[in-house]
Amino acid sequence: MKQVFSRPPELIDIPFHFCPGCHHGLIHRLTAEALNYYGLRKKTIAVSSVGCSVFLYNYIDVDTVEAPHGRAPAVATGVRRVLPDRFVFTYQGDGDLAAIGMSEIIHCANRGENITVIFVNNAIYGMTGGQMAPTTLLGMKTATTPYGRSFQKDGYPIRMAEFLAPLEGVAFSARVAVDKIANLRRAKKILFQAFQTQISGLGFSFVEFLSACPTNWGLSPVEAARKVEQEMIPYYPLGIFKEKKAADHL
Amino acid sequence: MAENENKKVFIRGNEALAMAAIEAGCRYYFGYPITPQGEIPEYLARELPKVGGQFLQAESEIASINMLLGAGALGARALTSSSGPGISLMQEGISYMAGSEIPGVIVNVSRCGPGLGGIAPSQGDYFQATRGGGHGDYRTPVLAPDSPQEMYDLTFLAFDLAFKYRTPALILSDAVVGQMKEQVNRREPPAPSPLPEWVLTGAEGRASRLLKSLYLAEGELEKQTLKQLDKYHEIERREPRWEEFLTEDADFIVVAFGIIARIAKSSIRMARKQGIKAGLLRPITLYPFPVEPIRKLSRRVKKFLVVELNTGQMVDDVRMSALPGPGIELYFRAPGAGSLPALEEIAGEMERRFR
Repeated sequence: MKQVFSRPPELIDIPFHFCPGCHHGLIHRLTAEALNYYGLRKKTIAVSSVGCSVFLYNYIDVDTVEAPHGRAPAVATGVRRVLPDRFVFTYQGDGDLAAIGMSEIIHCANRGENITVIFVNNAIYGMTGGQMAPTTLLGMKTATTPYGRSFQKDGYPIRMAEFLAPLEGVAFSARVAVDKIANLRRAKKILFQAFQTQISGLGFSFVEFLSACPTNWGLSPVEAARKVEQEMIPYYPLGIFKEKKAADHL
Repeated sequence: MAENENKKVFIRGNEALAMAAIEAGCRYYFGYPITPQGEIPEYLARELPKVGGQFLQAESEIASINMLLGAGALGARALTSSSGPGISLMQEGISYMAGSEIPGVIVNVSRCGPGLGGIAPSQGDYFQATRGGGHGDYRTPVLAPDSPQEMYDLTFLAFDLAFKYRTPALILSDAVVGQMKEQVNRREPPAPSPLPEWVLTGAEGRASRLLKSLYLAEGELEKQTLKQLDKYHEIERREPRWEEFLTEDADFIVVAFGIIARIAKSSIRMARKQGIKAGLLRPITLYPFPVEPIRKLSRRVKKFLVVELNTGQMVDDVRMSALPGPGIELYFRAPGAGSLPALEEIAGEMERRFR
């Protein structure tokens, strides 16, 4: 009999701490599959962040350094400069990357650091209990926007994949979702493409995953996945926004 | 750089530090411009590429310290430098480095604060440097050079301590020591040390490794904190460094560090001519503070005079170190006065307080 499906060994065989219906588990799984596909475990240095994603190292079996909140791209820069032949990725949530870490992500992208950033956008601060994130949708009620987010008071939700794409240092930028099988398959393909971008030495690659947070959205897992489709994707369109074919040379 | 043909060089303090960093095996510098430490990044931007190293001008001191954290996690000898406001921004990263036991060297060519303060020399960052500085329960070794020669020598020591104890190590200098030019005697560069076994390299042929400061499980953080405490106790036992000047027969002791200690030496010579038996104790490590020599002196001297270029910070450590008995007085110059205390001024204070 031929085995056609198994857990990639890069994904450690323990139960996730994530809430039911949270998409982090799927995104972790895809990350492990990509590491496995390219045979990267032995040459990867991961940089974990702060938030629900902080326990990346409990699930992904690679060398990992934990970064302060928002600083993963700067930590990854230090790693990349010392060992340019390793595979380096960060895994960051929306509060981490798009609020407190906005400066670090922009400058890392603009320097064209040859790293891959996995960005999980669930429109909310998960671990701290559901406060407004920079990606929270207009009108969305959170712990700190009890009357709904308003652009007059809180500004607009920020589209990171489109925002970073025009920077010259960015080789690849895309947004994906894992709310249904077709999107999951496409997400996997695009994540693999981002990994390939780094492996080919083309520069900074960025994949934004839309993710459900049933607990803090106050929805069931099924309703939360539906919200990704009906509310998140219309504002955060899926697709590839930047795709360099060759590395920049002065 | 392999052979130091020119053993003696006439060089600025900041450049001596940068030169020593390369000789100590540092190949990575991350930093953000700020006065009065500009010569350090400028020297390294020029010299690091020549030895296969990398210089990176970061977008902020927050990014600089986190790049240092990333490089340190791989066991690389890396350096950042800044001054007061920038060092404040680095405190988050320093705390994480301490918590994750990641080595790195941070230089503070300090200026006046609080806030934007001024660019004149100051010792106002003493508390920040010696009490950890960032959040949480930790300390970092702090070295205080008094000359370009020590900017050079203590840089080697800072890297050694950082890697020996897996900790960020600080060099607390000031604008005068950083900017003054003096002769520096160079040493033979040490042999490169092998990579320690905790470093991240990619998990080839071994279990994956993790460097982190988060410990949520019950009792986990306490265990880690106590392990770190053992380390700090070892540092306090083994690493205090200080200089004593004319203390053997002294009845009065001036305690000062950095540039103020140099001025105080001349003041002591002056006071001795007036028949005042004064000596100097100069802490070279501010953490670990040289508690023992001060305790020892406190058994027999009549008075300590702590002289600082701030409104009185190190004086607390002297008070905590000395046994009850001798008076402990403070003479300070508030930073930003526009000048350093003249040697006659300190000699005058000694005359007034020791006579």
